[in-house]
Amino acid sequence: MKLAICAGPATTGKTSVLRHITRKVLDDGLGVGFLKIDVQFAEEDVQMTREFGIPARKVYSGELCPDHCNVMVLGDALQWAHKAGCDVLLVETAGLCLRCSPYVDGGLGIVVLEATSGMNLPLKVGPMLSLADIAVVTKIDRVSQAEREVFRARIQDVAPCVKIREVNALHGIGIDPLVTQIADAPEIDFDDSGRHDSLLLRGNPPVGTCTICVGKKEIGWQSHFGVVRPLENQAFYRGE
Amino acid sequence: MIESITILGGHGKDGTPEPVDRIDLRMGDVVSVVGPTGSGKTTLINDLELFAHANTPTGRKVLINGKRPPVEYRDDPAHNPIALITQHTSFLSDLPVGEFLTTHARIRSSDHRAVEDAIERTLAFANQLTGEPVATETRMTELSGGQTRALLIADAAIICNTPIVLLDEVENAGIHRTRALELLRQHRKIFIFVTHDPRIALLSDFRIVMQGGRVTRLLHTDDVEKRLSIKVSKLDDALSRLREKLRQGLQLSEHELEEVA
Repeated sequence: MKLAICAGPATTGKTSVLRHITRKVLDDGLGVGFLKIDVQFAEEDVQMTREFGIPARKVYSGELCPDHCNVMVLGDALQWAHKAGCDVLLVETAGLCLRCSPYVDGGLGIVVLEATSGMNLPLKVGPMLSLADIAVVTKIDRVSQAEREVFRARIQDVAPCVKIREVNALHGIGIDPLVTQIADAPEIDFDDSGRHDSLLLRGNPPVGTCTICVGKKEIGWQSHFGVVRPLENQAFYRGE
Repeated sequence: MIESITILGGHGKDGTPEPVDRIDLRMGDVVSVVGPTGSGKTTLINDLELFAHANTPTGRKVLINGKRPPVEYRDDPAHNPIALITQHTSFLSDLPVGEFLTTHARIRSSDHRAVEDAIERTLAFANQLTGEPVATETRMTELSGGQTRALLIADAAIICNTPIVLLDEVENAGIHRTRALELLRQHRKIFIFVTHDPRIALLSDFRIVMQGGRVTRLLHTDDVEKRLSIKVSKLDDALSRLREKLRQGLQLSEHELEEVA
């Protein structure tokens, strides 16, 4: 199975981009699963199931940091998507932390930024951008050619290796290369009991006292203690 | 080097094929797109800007020098040969004009003198199009509608220096249109205006006529229209003078339009 994790500030068009990707991946005859992680409200899962009939679900992080929540539930989510017969799991994060990033080694990291958010945005969003594999730029028709160029150059300053894709999320133009890159992402293998390869969080979270914050980056709540969060349950305390 | 751009016809909103199935534009052409509201003018411009390849709702294809454009054109705006200026396009940056233009020009060139020269020429160009000159220390977001439009056009023509410039109904923004066309014609580019303005339409080499989402006709500006164009410009200038007097708070007299009557 392939995994793509999508981050980006609110209202930049993450869902629109993922909807176009979903349509194209389904057209290629592959199964898609969708997980939305948000703080307190989301309806993208319902929209995705209604529009494409794909398995989709959401998790509210509530008291947990949403990227922290992503680490906790992603192990369960991979197994859920595997059991549901998905070839690709798309994870849309809350995308609001400027200090963390939700991407994992072994999956594709996509950040969605809007050209209208100002030329300095790429300098402000931190690892959400610098650790991504692809930066998707939306709303390009609303700004001057000059600002488009500066926006791109600023992304390149912060993240020289990131691939930049300008897309028109209205018409779904520029989406094909994203689909190709998901297809080229590493395959996550599952053993007979449905257990997946070990995956590691790509970045270092901020200094703190929780297991993730002190550097335990293994995906899945089973690897952590303190306040943990499975996909099927609310947060609970695990440990002495 | 870009020499030509070709639009291969698609279909209208009702699915019927376009009567004009091929439009060839060559470097130096100034073209207008005309048609009623909702006839698909902006969609045609968007097809160009996106290098449509039967992947937009119209099914049109856009070729550069007779071939499908390379992917870099879409991937990197600094390699994109098309600059699009729409009614909605604006500057969001709140930097002072001088700083903003410097930032942009430096992406295009690392040569200090080339940067300074480009900025100077851009401002000079913009200031010929607008009544109120643009000063380098003004913040971008404080510019008037006319100043913004003038600077967008000047930036596209000089700093971007893209071979193809698309202008979507820019006439409403209070820029000096004849002067704009004269200045733009000095640059060897393809200019495509979406317009309802007789003055711009008649100063174009030809116009693309649209109806129901389809290109129905290409009309070349013939000698009769060229002669008419002179009168239209006079009439338009007379109206501009009236507008200017109104701006200055003057009382108008019945003789205002005598010379064009």
